[in-house]
Amino acid sequence: MIGDSSVFDTLVGGYWIPLVMKAAAVLVVFLVVPLAVGYMEHKVLAHMQARLGPMEAGAFHGWAQLVADGVKFIQKEDVVPAAADPGVFSLAPAVVLIPYIVTLVAIPFGPRLYALDLDVGVFFVLAMSSVGVIGILMAGWASANKFSLIGALRAAAQLIAYELPLVLVAAAVVMQAGSMSLLQITEAQSHYWNILYPWQLVGFVIFMMAAVAELTRPPFDMPIADSEIIFGAYTEYTGLKFAFFLLSEYGGIVVMSAVASVLYLGGYQPLPGLSIIPGFLWMFGKIFALSFVIIWLRATFPRLREDQLQRFAWVGLTPLALALILVTSVYKVGV
Amino acid sequence: MHSVTYYGSYGVVLAVVLAGALLVIVAFGAARLIAPRRPNVGGKRTTYECGIDPVGEGWSQSQVRYYVYGFLFVIFDVESVFLFPWARVFQTLGYQAVVSMAIFIGILAVGLLYAWRKGVLTWA
Repeated sequence: MIGDSSVFDTLVGGYWIPLVMKAAAVLVVFLVVPLAVGYMEHKVLAHMQARLGPMEAGAFHGWAQLVADGVKFIQKEDVVPAAADPGVFSLAPAVVLIPYIVTLVAIPFGPRLYALDLDVGVFFVLAMSSVGVIGILMAGWASANKFSLIGALRAAAQLIAYELPLVLVAAAVVMQAGSMSLLQITEAQSHYWNILYPWQLVGFVIFMMAAVAELTRPPFDMPIADSEIIFGAYTEYTGLKFAFFLLSEYGGIVVMSAVASVLYLGGYQPLPGLSIIPGFLWMFGKIFALSFVIIWLRATFPRLREDQLQRFAWVGLTPLALALILVTSVYKVGV
Repeated sequence: MHSVTYYGSYGVVLAVVLAGALLVIVAFGAARLIAPRRPNVGGKRTTYECGIDPVGEGWSQSQVRYYVYGFLFVIFDVESVFLFPWARVFQTLGYQAVVSMAIFIGILAVGLLYAWRKGVLTWA
């Protein structure tokens, strides 16, 4: 069957060489694609607000702006407040960043282009992508700053509220495909993408909303609400540590877009008649399309209030997701 | 190719964790070499807070407003742990599996409804 072994395993035999190649490939993807999405955010937001955005760095439309930012962040002094808990304070950015890198391991970018075909892929991806909130809690607590603590508590509350709809609609996709492997789920969509089923379309919308909430992106960005609590858990951070929080935000957008592409948009599956375009281009195209939507939301919607956000998750999305599971089960057994 | 054992396949996960740790270490190492370090110039090590000198302690009392949500979350998260294996195989078990899961979800939904009507789901 398709996807019997990844390109890394067929290229070179053995255990260790493919292992190192896979880890390197995952790291490269994580360092390149989030930067591209970050640049896209600069440009898209700018044009939506009738500005030009970065135009200088790298000569052509400021394409190297984020590289320049990274170089600048490395040169900045790393200030740790005297009142802070220095160990936890310094560890927090890594705890936020690394889980998003690990999530990419299980995501198939092409029929044979993946690092690991986990048979519990959906579970693994959802678990890993929600570890980051521990890092945010660490950052908020260790900063010894009232607003940081409020921001961190809000982030945790938000994760608690939106993890449920996310997991439940993902379960509905598992039911549709009859597998938890992300590769199998993609293969199951070779004729009809999941989004074409009306109830899975609802699931897709719920998934995207919950993903945006988990990423604490606008309109669900109360944890960093800059007009209320300065910059939430990241207020006290400077230099490279701050840059790592930014990188993990873009990394999170990429990861969540990738998971949504696999679950609902057929992953690397092409549109009918366009199979001449290779699968990995479809996958990246879908990732960038969904990232664009997430950025678009930021330019469009005002921030919700914290209690509205909580009510929306518990009274709105969670019961809807539960109903979705029942609809899917009746459809699958009935047909 | 596929002589790799089940746990052996998780070696990739471990390798990526290590690669991520390496990225962090290398980046902070580079910053340590390049970035200036003059921590005691001016008042830069005071807590920034909102730009004004902080009043009171940083670790001040704060109300955790969502401990009841926390309980609900645990209940529903355990539910989802039961849900995934079922979701994987329910098609082969037929309507019986659908009905039993519907009852299970129904009981939990009633619980959620109860919590809602009790006013627990308001951000106190």
